[in-house]
Amino acid sequence: MTTLATGGRWKLRRPPDAVVLPIVVLLLLTAVAASIAVGSRALTFDELFAALTAPTGTETDLIVRDVRLPRTFIGIAAGSALAVAGVIMQTLTRNPLAEPGLLGVNAGASFAVAIAIVVLRVGDFGATMWFAFLGAALASALVAVIGGVGRGASIGRLTLTGVAIGAVLSAATAALSLIDPHAYQSLRLWGAGALGGRSFDAAVLTLLVVAVGLVLVVLIAPGLGLLALGEDTARALGGQVGAARLGGFLAIVVLCGAATAAAGPIAFVGLLVPHALRAVFGPDTRRLLIYSALAGPILLLGADVLCGVLIAPRSIPVGVMTAFLGAPVLVALVLSRRVQAEGAPS
Amino acid sequence: MSAASLIAVPWKTRRRRRIIWISSAFVLVALAMAGLSLGDAAIPIPEVFAALFGKGDSGTRLIVVGWRLPRVVLGAAIGAMLALSGALFQVITRNPLGSPDILGFSAGAYTGALLVIVGGSVSTAALTMGAVGGGIASAALVFALVAWRGAGGTRLIIVGIALTAMLGAVNTMIELAADDVVAHTAAIWGAGSLNGIDGRWIPVILVTLLSGGLVIAALAPGLTLYELGEDRAMSLGVRPVRLRISAMLIGVVLLAVTIAAAGPIAFVALAAPQIARRVWRSGPMPFAASAMTGALLLMFSDLLAARLFAPTMLPTGLVTIAIGGLYLAWMLSGANRRRR
Repeated sequence: MTTLATGGRWKLRRPPDAVVLPIVVLLLLTAVAASIAVGSRALTFDELFAALTAPTGTETDLIVRDVRLPRTFIGIAAGSALAVAGVIMQTLTRNPLAEPGLLGVNAGASFAVAIAIVVLRVGDFGATMWFAFLGAALASALVAVIGGVGRGASIGRLTLTGVAIGAVLSAATAALSLIDPHAYQSLRLWGAGALGGRSFDAAVLTLLVVAVGLVLVVLIAPGLGLLALGEDTARALGGQVGAARLGGFLAIVVLCGAATAAAGPIAFVGLLVPHALRAVFGPDTRRLLIYSALAGPILLLGADVLCGVLIAPRSIPVGVMTAFLGAPVLVALVLSRRVQAEGAPS
Repeated sequence: MSAASLIAVPWKTRRRRRIIWISSAFVLVALAMAGLSLGDAAIPIPEVFAALFGKGDSGTRLIVVGWRLPRVVLGAAIGAMLALSGALFQVITRNPLGSPDILGFSAGAYTGALLVIVGGSVSTAALTMGAVGGGIASAALVFALVAWRGAGGTRLIIVGIALTAMLGAVNTMIELAADDVVAHTAAIWGAGSLNGIDGRWIPVILVTLLSGGLVIAALAPGLTLYELGEDRAMSLGVRPVRLRISAMLIGVVLLAVTIAAAGPIAFVALAAPQIARRVWRSGPMPFAASAMTGALLLMFSDLLAARLFAPTMLPTGLVTIAIGGLYLAWMLSGANRRRR
């Protein structure tokens, strides 16, 4: 019955944190370094080092501080946020396919941001983030109500509802960007999910908001861990089911809102990362949350570097790459026996 | 005609259907008139008629017959083809959500057509071949993965969603890698639009629609039995494998030709057959009624796309996504309520 268990066939012993944690942190540092170092213009190590430690306003300093650092910060923030939001959504909905992109939360945030830019002429990044929160909240509530979250809800119906609402909201966003030629350019790149194009201040703000969201996640982690065992078990063990649900919802809204406002709608990070980690660590929710926060940025920054070099000197929006990488995982998940057993025809 | 004798239709329902057919024909004519008359230069209906019969001044004739008539005719025909394609796939997957755009065939056909464009060809024949090839390849993939035994349910749909996402990413990469002019053409066409569609498509579209319609008429009795259950169909002489393959091929060709002409137009294939089924109160899949519903749906969406934010013309595909997505959400919420 539990959708999040790895199944009975898993026989290998799980690797201890003492081994894995340093590896993951090392990978993260590598991804961060690659993200700063690789770009459309090759910089020497000395130039990079000088720009990071003692900027004097040279061209390379500007490239590093105004282009690459914000890009990397947003990659870290959005990667953590989306991966952790994926774990929370999978736990709350007991649906292994739940994910901010698939369930339409990112599309809701984008639509609200597009309204802010096109209709209300809001230019300030901090202000658009509030709209992103609002959109994320409304879209997740809508999908939850229509798709029927809770006991007896089918995996298929919730996922489909998310895809349907997401499609409508993306179409509306596209329409808004088309009727306003001025907004078209700024919305077009962002609409595909891209890490670049934000200022240093905006990037730092995004990092801070995501950090607040992650603190919230730490607070509700015990409750989520109990919920993963099933609602009845959680209640029987004295878990505050309602509080964990509400906290989880708030965390999803803050994390997805911040990520989408900064980087646009990026799908599949919240699906790929938790499932990859689950294959290594099993279903322990708290571990999944911690490692997702670290591994999300690895995936997103890695994909972004790949996007930059693949058809250089052009660049592919990173959201396109995550969709390309994530879709096969979705197929594998659906074809695995776990999901089929629960996925009654909707 | 064994299917017709299996399902007896009471006289009241027959009369109801006749009334619906007549009224939908009126709506079709009204939408066509609106399409011919409305635009940046609005032309009064009497002048539209004059132009259609070769009278009136030459400027009006050019606008009405030369520019707007192809769009109206192609809109109706493409809507009908999309709906027929959706109806076929919904029957062979036995799933109201088993439409070619959700299953990823639209994205695949679009990939095929894009590759042809990037390869440097925009001829009608090359585009059509590319789209049909891409559509068949993606359909073959989905059928190989899950749908072979008519597998309904969530798996099929979610594999389709995944394939759509992946092919969508591939399509974006192709567009980005192509040079700017090609990419721009592809991007506009990629949203699915009747804006700027030209008359060279009329013969291709009409021939495909007519021949597809004839084959479907021939297959329809077998498909109706198939819907009732594979075992029963087999005992009555239907060969399910052959039926599935021929229905799938016709469905993909109908869909792919529309994509070659107008780009991917979402959700008409999904919604039209189900709407037709409800309006006509039909048990077995009503193919003719689906085609009519599809034509009306696309003509209406196209009018909306062209006039809603005039003079800015939205791609028709955006309007159908909005309408179809809302319809899908409504359908899912209805299923939700019934279940409780």
